[in-house]
Amino acid sequence: TTSTQPLRSDNKVTVHFINRDGEKITVKGSPGDSLLDVVIDQDLDFDGFGACEGTLACSTCHLIFEEEVYKQLGPVTDEEMDMLDLAYGLTDTSRLGCQICLTKSLEGMVARVPESVSDIRQSGDGSS
Amino acid sequence: NKNTPKVCIVGAGPAGFYTAQHLIKSRQDVEVDIYERLPVPFGLVRFGVAPDHPEVKNVINTFTQTAQHSRCSFYGNVNVGTDVSVKELQQAYHAVVLSYGAEGNRRMGVPGEDLAGVHAAKDFVGWYNGLPDNRKLHPDLSCETAVILGQGNVALDVARILLSPMDMLKKTDITQPALDLLAESRIRRVLIVGRRGPMQIACTIKEVREMVNLPDTRPEMVAADFKGIAEAVKEVPRPRKRLTELLLKTALDVPTEKEQEKRSKASRVWGFRFFRSPVEVLPAPDLSRAAAIRLAVNRLEGSGEGASAVPTGEVEDVPCGLVISSIGYKSLPIDPLLPFDSRKAIVPNTMGRVQKTAGVYCSGWLKTGPTGVIGTTMNNSFDTARALLEDMDSGALDVSSAKPGSQGVTPLLEKRGVKPVEFSDWEKIDNEEIKRGVAMGKPREKLLSVDEMLHVART
Ligand SMILES: Cc1cc2nc3c(=O)[nH]c(=O)nc-3n(C[C@H](O)[C@H](O)[C@H](O)COP(=O)(O)OP(=O)(O)OC[C@H]3O[C@@H](n4cnc5c(N)ncnc54)[C@H](O)[C@@H]3O)c2cc1C
Ligand code: FES
Repeated sequence: TTSTQPLRSDNKVTVHFINRDGEKITVKGSPGDSLLDVVIDQDLDFDGFGACEGTLACSTCHLIFEEEVYKQLGPVTDEEMDMLDLAYGLTDTSRLGCQICLTKSLEGMVARVPESVSDIRQSGDGSS
Repeated sequence: NKNTPKVCIVGAGPAGFYTAQHLIKSRQDVEVDIYERLPVPFGLVRFGVAPDHPEVKNVINTFTQTAQHSRCSFYGNVNVGTDVSVKELQQAYHAVVLSYGAEGNRRMGVPGEDLAGVHAAKDFVGWYNGLPDNRKLHPDLSCETAVILGQGNVALDVARILLSPMDMLKKTDITQPALDLLAESRIRRVLIVGRRGPMQIACTIKEVREMVNLPDTRPEMVAADFKGIAEAVKEVPRPRKRLTELLLKTALDVPTEKEQEKRSKASRVWGFRFFRSPVEVLPAPDLSRAAAIRLAVNRLEGSGEGASAVPTGEVEDVPCGLVISSIGYKSLPIDPLLPFDSRKAIVPNTMGRVQKTAGVYCSGWLKTGPTGVIGTTMNNSFDTARALLEDMDSGALDVSSAKPGSQGVTPLLEKRGVKPVEFSDWEKIDNEEIKRGVAMGKPREKLLSVDEMLHVART
């Protein structure tokens, strides 16, 4: 596990996550790791994140990026877009965390975990 | 520990497991027992999700972790409402969460619906996925054309299973009897019928793309159905837009050379039929079985998601030997003492709190109706867990009195001759299924009857 590795390593990429409560969590990951790998390796507690374990069969690893970062994330496949279309709170700078691999140039990136606002039609007295 | 909050959950599908997961994680003291009708857990992840979608079933790993948690217990083979009443559960637990899903089936309500050759998608899916209730379905696949009514993801799952090449299916956990029957299938054409238009289709784009990419098939669409769509699509949000563009491209674009080649070699055909509602299933001359379906031709009134289908008065007969109605699952009441909204087929609730019934909650398809993917079910289950935790904190749910939990229920079950299956028993079934699967070159070969499941669980 990560605890046995030196804390500061020049090979590592720093990532800032903003969780659903708006809290900032700063961690490091290795180049080549996906953002889902980072969340799992660092034991980050984002409820329900990564349900299909990175196989592009859910959209629970939805993350939102700043415009500048988003442009650097590389191409999106149709299959990723297809799953993203099912994500809560989809934005123009949304991606699926399991499809994004860390590179040195992403050092210091910010990734926001969107709120899982439930559908208001499903609350209330159920009458819609 | 006698004084810990005890919660029981009814139904071991995604809703049950996600509710349990959130409760256990959020409080260090709560104990959760999950009661499940079948000897095996996971609900529609095992019995609904298509066999060629193994990735979707990865959620089972997380559910298994939850089930193995020291504060979680699984009691399979217990039918709540029959083997134990909700009232008895309320006496044994501080809170009861109903998450027993939607096991009923919406009927088309047209003449001929009960003819041989007409099946509910729910039963057809249950059959190829090894649901014990549906093991004897034996659909007759000797006809050329199958018509599926409904255009949701379940309809597309059924279409895909009917048209997939055998070498794709035989590597999945589809049951061997289903595989054997499908290998003999003469079905060459599957029409997927919806009452409204391309812009109102209920499936998601992933499932349409799978149809488009399905080997040895070509699409058969009606160009006229897409009149005006290219204009209308500009106005809609991205998910609907991308889905409609894919439909447009499939229906109207001149295929690339490679696609042209695929289409000309294809031995099987699939297609959407829009603006059509079932009127009657027509029998063969000897009245023994379905031979065609009569469809009413509709036009749209209004536009967008809210558009409604209005019959034009015209009808159309489509010859077909297999009719599969895929117009929706629906929840059923399991206990006469609980409120139930039979029109919406859900348990009436406010944020997962069952109305007029303190201490009873609901989550999953029973709470929302049978729509959405596992991710949707996950979120609404977390919401229900949050509501329950809030009530514990605020005192609205009294957890101060000691409750017996399963110790209050097991004696009742024993008296009634019901022997629960524990999670470790399920693991025996799981191992046996995987072992049988390996022998067949499949990830698993499911046990098909409750008796066999119980037999393996108890050896
Ligand atoms: C055919 C089909 C294919 C699907 N494919 C996908 C897919 O590819 N991807 C995706 O994300 N989602 C898919 N879904 C949706 C997904 O299955 C649902 O979102 C989810 O299963 C709903 O969870 P649930 O727990 O509410 O209900 P269920 O999964 O139905 O679980 C209910 C559980 O309660 C048990 N139960 C019922 N009655 C009782 C009783 N009286 N006492 C005790 N236990 C009882 C049942 O046996 C079952 O185990 C599919 C759905 C269907 C129908
Ligand atoms: S983890 Fe499911 S799509 Fe990324």
